[in-house]
Amino acid sequence: MAIDPEIFEKVQATLCDALSVDEDEVTEEATLVGDLGAESIDFLDIVFHLEKAFNIKVERGELFPEDIFTDAKYTQNNRLNAEGMAALRERLPFIDLTEFEKNPVVQEFPSRMTVADMCRFVQHKKQ
Amino acid sequence: MRWYWIDRYTEFVRGTRATAVKCVSLAEEHMHDHFNHYPIMPHSLVVEGVAQTGGLLVSEFNECREKVVLAKLTKAVFYCEPRPGDVLTYRVQVQYLNANGASITATSHIGDKLHAEFDMMFAYLRDNDFGDKELFTMQDYKHLFFNFHVYDIGTEADGVTPISVPDCFKNI
Repeated sequence: MAIDPEIFEKVQATLCDALSVDEDEVTEEATLVGDLGAESIDFLDIVFHLEKAFNIKVERGELFPEDIFTDAKYTQNNRLNAEGMAALRERLPFIDLTEFEKNPVVQEFPSRMTVADMCRFVQHKKQ
Repeated sequence: MRWYWIDRYTEFVRGTRATAVKCVSLAEEHMHDHFNHYPIMPHSLVVEGVAQTGGLLVSEFNECREKVVLAKLTKAVFYCEPRPGDVLTYRVQVQYLNANGASITATSHIGDKLHAEFDMMFAYLRDNDFGDKELFTMQDYKHLFFNFHVYDIGTEADGVTPISVPDCFKNI
């Protein structure tokens, strides 16, 4: 899914504000946790900003489906099983899970989310 | 000593904004060591007072159903130091409030002088975040709100209609 430049611009401004990072650091490929230094609580802040900026409603667990990651039927040895991956794909159709699928360690999921994923999430919500 | 870092509310507009005052006294124990020959109120305790002002505003709006905790201090800028005898006025404005938490902006003034500015975020703990442990009982909340005069001066969001004591505080 191509990223709407207008959405990217607003997401970029949101991330600069919520994470105190410079505009040029917020590229489409940048990961929120690894490259931009987001911590878990920052995601709540980011969601506040996104709701306001795009006039959308984001339910708890919509961006990070904790229920899937903590459900024993979807996990094995701290990794999502095939059923879990299918559930995740269904819930987050806007995120490219190709890399995560190679080694789906539950704790690593948030650190794989990129700015582009965040933009696609907003696009998906606005549809 | 109780962990109260405001003395009372002077304005409480349900779910919207609030003003609270904190009288700084040399008799407060932390002033003895902070610092011995130059007592000032620690900035961290000002942050706590502002967080209490805003956190209780958010709690009351939810009739204390949520476990409201300070999650992020996005901005804290201090321009001067509170000394014994000063009265700090904390003004809090809710910027955003949803099912997951709230964000506020706030100022602290000493008289007319701007003392500090803040942006803060509150999150709601879910049961699995804190086990079965209750952070506060309904009775604790009731004491706080009554001690801080919330139901003497509080109004609905229109700023005029007095708020009534919610059902959760009746019969306890």
